[in-house]
Amino acid sequence: MLKTLTLGAALLAGTATIAVAQDSAASREGGFGLGRAALPEEVAAWDWDVRPDGTGLPVGEGDVWTGEELFVDYCSACHGDFGEAVGRWPVLAGGQGTLTHEDPTKTIGSYWPYLSTVVDYVYRAMPYGQAESLTPDETYAIVAYLLNLNNVVDDDFVLSNETFHDVEMPNAGGFFMDDRDETEVAAWTREPCMTDCTDGAVEITMRATVLDVTPDEEGDDTAAAEPVVEENPVETGPSPELIAAGAGIWRQCQACHEVGEGARNRVGPALNGIVGADAGAREGFRYSPAFREAAEDGLVWTEENLIAYLHDPRSFMPRSRMVFNGIEADEDIRAVLAYIMSETPQ
Amino acid sequence: MSDKKSFSPSRRTFLTASAAAGGALASGQLVHAQAATPDPLITEAQPWRQYLGAGVDAAPYGMPSPYESEVVRRTVPWLTADLVSSINFTPLHELDGIITPNGICFERHHGGAAEIDPADHRLMINGLVDTPMVFTMEDIMRFPRENHVYFLECAANTGMEWAGAQLNGCQFTHGMIHNVEYTGVPLRLLLEEAGVQTNGRWLLAEGADAAGMTRSIPMEKALDDCLVAFKMNGEALRVEQGYPLRLVVPGWEGNMWIKWLRRLEVGDEPWHHREETSKYTDLLEDGDARRFTWVMDAKSVITNPSPQAPILHGPGPTVLTGIAWSGRGTIPRVDVTLDGGRNWHQARMSGPSLDKSMHRFYYEFDWDGSPLLLQSRAIDSTGYVQPTKEQLREFRGENSIYHNNGIQTWFVNENGEAENVEVG
Repeated sequence: MLKTLTLGAALLAGTATIAVAQDSAASREGGFGLGRAALPEEVAAWDWDVRPDGTGLPVGEGDVWTGEELFVDYCSACHGDFGEAVGRWPVLAGGQGTLTHEDPTKTIGSYWPYLSTVVDYVYRAMPYGQAESLTPDETYAIVAYLLNLNNVVDDDFVLSNETFHDVEMPNAGGFFMDDRDETEVAAWTREPCMTDCTDGAVEITMRATVLDVTPDEEGDDTAAAEPVVEENPVETGPSPELIAAGAGIWRQCQACHEVGEGARNRVGPALNGIVGADAGAREGFRYSPAFREAAEDGLVWTEENLIAYLHDPRSFMPRSRMVFNGIEADEDIRAVLAYIMSETPQ
Repeated sequence: MSDKKSFSPSRRTFLTASAAAGGALASGQLVHAQAATPDPLITEAQPWRQYLGAGVDAAPYGMPSPYESEVVRRTVPWLTADLVSSINFTPLHELDGIITPNGICFERHHGGAAEIDPADHRLMINGLVDTPMVFTMEDIMRFPRENHVYFLECAANTGMEWAGAQLNGCQFTHGMIHNVEYTGVPLRLLLEEAGVQTNGRWLLAEGADAAGMTRSIPMEKALDDCLVAFKMNGEALRVEQGYPLRLVVPGWEGNMWIKWLRRLEVGDEPWHHREETSKYTDLLEDGDARRFTWVMDAKSVITNPSPQAPILHGPGPTVLTGIAWSGRGTIPRVDVTLDGGRNWHQARMSGPSLDKSMHRFYYEFDWDGSPLLLQSRAIDSTGYVQPTKEQLREFRGENSIYHNNGIQTWFVNENGEAENVEVG
């Protein structure tokens, strides 16, 4: 069955009609016999989404106080200790009653209609850059703390897959199905005016240049136009290939750590010059007790120590807050260290 | 060489030409420009004419001319907290026709662009199906395929412009869109392989990236025209567009086109996940919010002239062009105004007019050098007329963020420089 699509535009312009083949790929009775049946273990490994009625909730529980500790460790670098947010990261608390304001603050307490969404999202995608690292208990504790920050539950609340059903979200009734077809579409589907459509001349009422928030394109170009060429580079450091390999591995680290010019402490400390540095010495970073002890004992981040630590962080330093499973190959660790040192400002 | 594109020599020539043309228009007789001295680009031998150029294989995967180095995606740094969960914009003012080249299709990630070896990629279908299934990329490549050109517009495109004119350039105001020919398997065929049960009315699509992006899609749409795509514009999907596999949800907001697609779960109810409650819902003035606002309304924008593409040639023949699209069908007509909406002219459509695809329009006119207030207005195949920003605000207020399809105004001054403005 070949249908041809008559093109209104082509007809309007008085040109030839273009035919577009619209044959759809046909189904086959009983299927194509491609793919294989998923094993129950495989489905279980991936099937952990949560719905508003609680379908899919993991089994577990967590209280507000435990949640606060976890939140400070894992979440506060972006969201602030009390959900007030750092920089442009999402604000997680407050905002109730602001939805009709000029600048509404949309949080779990003011906007999110379903608690299931919070559990699902924290479990699915947080901490940022360390997805799938939280246990169900940790997830419930963090969500309990968030609910408490938003005055939805009391200090002694314990959230679990059972108490989940007791929580009422403040803005649960604030949503309705898309009604554009009945409202706007009906209003705007009409023959448009072509001449003398306004009362007199049109005036400019607002200009973008007043705000001046457009990125400067000239600035982008000067850097690109004049590549810095190093003359006679000295071949003493690690190979460019090793550094390049390290740059790929660095992606696992960059959600929590920064390196390079202007590197800041985030979830983890900035790592400029880490090889050879004293442990726990980055100024302004709030280290875990385990790290503070190690620093007092004079731990130095030699390459050997870093390799041991990054192989298996939890064995090397059992109470470290670093949520990271480790890197298997020595060569990969050397590569990422080479990358970090190459990025460290001289 | 990566010299910045320079307009200066040709601009001088054009200004001479247009001065003459301006005079010619007044007298009703066409007079071409005259050169005072011979053009050395013609009278002197040029290196590219004398010496051999690069051989084949100098660039096994070809790149644009170095003189096109400005044609790149750009981000707006203050929009997001970091570049991993962020957005950049398609340089619409540098393009023509309807197809967006793969390397400059805008990017939007919520947890960075996952890099996946296709040999390691799996697609699972589970939930209310007769047989939960796992497919490898090899399996998927053995199903019958279809080819379709579709626009993908982020629901937040133009979202910064709700409260007023803010960003100077159609790349920034309208660049969260691209238009690509996809090759993929109809989603229907994969669902049939698993056998959707009768109460399976919804689908949860999930990505394999660090955001674990999820969206609920009604089964009716899934069985209608959705594709599971592995090619864009003939080649494999780019990493930042979901390589090796993405969902294509024609005409609906870009957030639903799950990239790095790894799982499809069939259910009887929608999931109401983060990207369909906290985000991608349209907050109205009274504090209530619309949800499941999937269809992208008809919209258009003039790409040239625009703030990043001023008129450099002075008065005389001028090409005005732009793009239009609708999630409800095709765009048989676009109107253009030069005086801020007082009088309109029907533009000329050129190129393929395909369902839920971008359309290209032109309006050629002789510019007299006086200031212009340019707007375009798309009318789609259902008769829907693109609204003004004022009309939109009457229904939605200014806090909607998403789905701003209001008419855009560019002010062009007597020097040909363009600026993003609002009119009343």
